[in-house]
Amino acid sequence: MSTPKRIFVKGNEAICHGALTAGAKCFFGYPITPQNDIPEFMSAAMIEAGGQFVQAESEVAAANMLLGAAGCGIRALTSSSSPGISLKQEAISYMAGSEIPGVIVNVSRGGPGLGDIGPSQGDYFQATKGGGHGDYHLLVLAPGTVQEAYDLTIKAFDLAFKYRNPVMILADAIIGQMKEPLVPWIPQGLDPDEGQDWGLQGAKGRAPRLLKSLFLDDGALAGQNEKLAAKYRAMQVETDQELFLTEDADLIVVAFGSIGRIVKSTIRKLRAQGHKVGLVRPITLFPFPSAVLLDLARQGKRFLTIEHNMGQMVEDVRLAIRTVADSAFHGQLPGNLPTPDDFEQPILKALEG
Amino acid sequence: MNQEIRVTNYPEVLTDRASHYCPGCHHGIAHRLVAEAITELGLVDKTILIGSIGCSVFIYNYLSLDAIESPHGRAPAVATGVKRARPDKIVFSYQGDGDLASIGMAEIMHCANRGENITTIFVNNTVYGMTGGQMAPTTLVGQKTTTCPGGRCRENEGMPIRMTEIIASLGGVAFAERVAVNNIKNIKKAQKAVTKAFECQTKEIGFSFVEVLATCPTNWRMTPIQANKRIETEMIPYFPLGNFKDVLAKEEK
Amino acid sequence: MSMYQDAIIAGFGGQGVMLIGNLLAYAGMNAGLNVTYIPVYGPEMRGGTANCTVVVSDDVIGSPIIRSPVSLIIMNGPSLDKFQPQLQDGGILILNSSLIDPVKSDKNRVKVYAVPVNEIADSLGNSRMANMVAIGAYVQATGVLPVKQVQDSLGSVISEHYSHMIPKNAAAIQAGADYVIAHGQYV
Repeated sequence: MSTPKRIFVKGNEAICHGALTAGAKCFFGYPITPQNDIPEFMSAAMIEAGGQFVQAESEVAAANMLLGAAGCGIRALTSSSSPGISLKQEAISYMAGSEIPGVIVNVSRGGPGLGDIGPSQGDYFQATKGGGHGDYHLLVLAPGTVQEAYDLTIKAFDLAFKYRNPVMILADAIIGQMKEPLVPWIPQGLDPDEGQDWGLQGAKGRAPRLLKSLFLDDGALAGQNEKLAAKYRAMQVETDQELFLTEDADLIVVAFGSIGRIVKSTIRKLRAQGHKVGLVRPITLFPFPSAVLLDLARQGKRFLTIEHNMGQMVEDVRLAIRTVADSAFHGQLPGNLPTPDDFEQPILKALEG
Repeated sequence: MNQEIRVTNYPEVLTDRASHYCPGCHHGIAHRLVAEAITELGLVDKTILIGSIGCSVFIYNYLSLDAIESPHGRAPAVATGVKRARPDKIVFSYQGDGDLASIGMAEIMHCANRGENITTIFVNNTVYGMTGGQMAPTTLVGQKTTTCPGGRCRENEGMPIRMTEIIASLGGVAFAERVAVNNIKNIKKAQKAVTKAFECQTKEIGFSFVEVLATCPTNWRMTPIQANKRIETEMIPYFPLGNFKDVLAKEEK
Repeated sequence: MSMYQDAIIAGFGGQGVMLIGNLLAYAGMNAGLNVTYIPVYGPEMRGGTANCTVVVSDDVIGSPIIRSPVSLIIMNGPSLDKFQPQLQDGGILILNSSLIDPVKSDKNRVKVYAVPVNEIADSLGNSRMANMVAIGAYVQATGVLPVKQVQDSLGSVISEHYSHMIPKNAAAIQAGADYVIAHGQYV
């Protein structure tokens, strides 16, 4: 068997390759560190692919361009980093309300406010709890490797169209800037008629289509909210996570994205010293792998949630296992690059109980 | 007993339903101008409507077109996305003065400057109508609104913005004209301007823009007839009618 | 026993540390191994050093960021001050003795290879290839990959426009490796 061809790329580039191979036809962006590789790459690659690239006047406009393009039933995306993602929330809420399948990439950085340009997981709440106004959720995918950045970008488009719901890829400066070998693959069976049964195209020979989130008639908004809620329940089947050495573990570390992979190195080292530690790395942050965690909790395992923030996902972990267990928490502060050494003592402490 | 008899025809793309607009409001006329223009040019089947926020948020109830709602002020950005995704379609935004000239100033300026092949119908009635008559960027000096009860004051609120002149100055713009629909003569001119704007789009020569000076009798606290007169006596003197840019006419010369 | 090697490569901006980091990672990938490369930017860049971390392993790589590496390539003084204390006991240090007095190295705790990379590059006719001399010395000293594997990967990091420079760069890599063979560890 021949080794599949590997390319050596940054996470940010992997996202671009993933979007292009998934058939994305429009990219709308705005410069902000640490995601600039994405619009820079797309400005040439999207045109080569026969698509459209617009450097918008603002993050607000970029997200609204996405609203329009995805509203035509075509695959489109925007990317930014934390402060820019805040500006996009208006259009994201409209996409959720109007059931428009835009893909939004957040290569997150430290906050609040201008924060810094280093990695952070401070946008977990914003990504998973809605982010903009109103009662909605995004599907949220958190890559932990460059390969996953590629794979999950392809998946993001599939899920966006499957549920007609915006999807966010929540990466960070580590995943965006690090390079790793990537095995590109081409998704098969893309439906050429995808989005054509509801997208805007001109009402020739049929009743007009209307994409809207305004529901003023008696009971209309209630109906829409119920419909969305049913969709969010249906999304639970998309839950995905990596389990690493959990079977015989006394302590389960829960960590996502870059922190998930860094903790893996710590766990390997502690395992070599005889400590029974395992890892659950949620790959979908919404839907959240609550059932997997509850199952592990019922086996009597203890929990430590590690995040690159002051404690956000830990609330979902605690919610998942609340009837049988609790989770300790270690928050890695922003401004320093996290290393495996940083997590040794917190894990050893949690092992002691 | 009197029976109402329709004495003129109207384009099929206009739906047969009573509008929610107040008596004497000019939105109905502006809607009809758009309907007539795209019908005359044979574009109805491929036109996509970009709605906005304001009284005209329900325009999709009156024009039988594929349509999408935009957040407040963002219609030109949404239109850009739609047009880029479907370059073979006719795309237009329909926006009021609060939407376009205040919260959406960045979007309209850059959309126009990029020369997006879309058309914007800008209905300027000098107030925020839907929210109850607050001051707009186009409110005239001295005009009383619910947020400038003493009248707009130049020192405090600045001067009303003349959008068509600004738009006409941008490189990507093919067509920019200000019209009124307060009398038959002006309506005829307005009809020509709207048709030309869509024609520019079919020729893919850049952004086209028509500002329609419009009444808001309810928020102006006027009768429809008084409001119509105000267009002539107060608005046109400050917002002069006429064409400010017509690349097509230049080419024809 | 699985194979694992990590390295922090540090120097002044412009010394080409990112380029040889990429080269090492490409060579690892071309050898069929797993690799990660991460450039360090942000506050740490303001200390006058540019650096990157490379991990090469035949197992799945966890962290791409390493605080206590098993090897270092140090191209300037400030980088030595910053990274030498973090180098693991018994780790390998490639030190640019053209710019740093090897006396400053912690030779009793770690294995030091003092290589005058600037002079060697100058002798080859291009001082800008000092970084290539350093990576050659590194590969020879650590044995992480065959020297040839690294030379063969030059095409991945040198743009087509400069492809005529590949033989010279390959020679510089060889010169670094040869220097380590000839002079051995600094003691």
